[in-house]
Amino acid sequence: MLTVLFFAQLRERLGTDKLIIETPAESWTVADLTKHLVDQYPEWQKSLLASNVITAVNQQVADKAQALKSGDEIAYFPPVTGG
Amino acid sequence: MDTFIRVSAEDFSIADEVDKLTNANVDDGAMVTFTGRVRKRNDGHDVTGLFLEHYPAMTNKLLADICQQARAKWQLNRIVVIHRVGQLYLGDNIVFVGVTSEHRGDAFAAAEFIMDYLKVSAPFWKKETRVNGNSSTDKWVEAKASDQEKAGHWS
Repeated sequence: MLTVLFFAQLRERLGTDKLIIETPAESWTVADLTKHLVDQYPEWQKSLLASNVITAVNQQVADKAQALKSGDEIAYFPPVTGG
Repeated sequence: MDTFIRVSAEDFSIADEVDKLTNANVDDGAMVTFTGRVRKRNDGHDVTGLFLEHYPAMTNKLLADICQQARAKWQLNRIVVIHRVGQLYLGDNIVFVGVTSEHRGDAFAAAEFIMDYLKVSAPFWKKETRVNGNSSTDKWVEAKASDQEKAGHWS
């Protein structure tokens, strides 16, 4: 199982803040997960594939090649603007 | 060598935080604090307030990591980092960074470093309420390239 979270503009554009993927394929990377999401929800393509989208795996920023394992929490979010 | 990190909708008292930094502390000759507040103009727009969203599971880790990086670079004793979330209005406190050290150089540098890194890496997002005459719109604040450049100067 994978937990997928979306924040800020991305959350609003996609219309959801959380998805659970019960049966991810073996040996997925972050990029594979993104492709799966775009396949499932073609209208998300532009938002999820935008060049400024940041991904984190288990609360640590991760690049697209990072391998995923069951239980991981993956977050997609726009550039941060706190402080 | 205490590090206090808090992410909360609650306001903070600068006096209480200064007390946390200085109470029974005779080791340090320097204390630097920074407070970030909501201002009425941003990016050429009048603003009446802002909403701060965050990624709760990640923010505390990230802030702790930034404090660790600061400790690796400078001789620091106490650190306080507070960031508020939720709905804030003009003049409200947003963020507080306080650092103590034996001498001022370390505390000045570390406080600026922590703020610069927080701005580009901690998962907070601001949505501001802009007013134009009688109408108001909520807009997500865009990340600034100048903040990235500023953080880049430390590496």
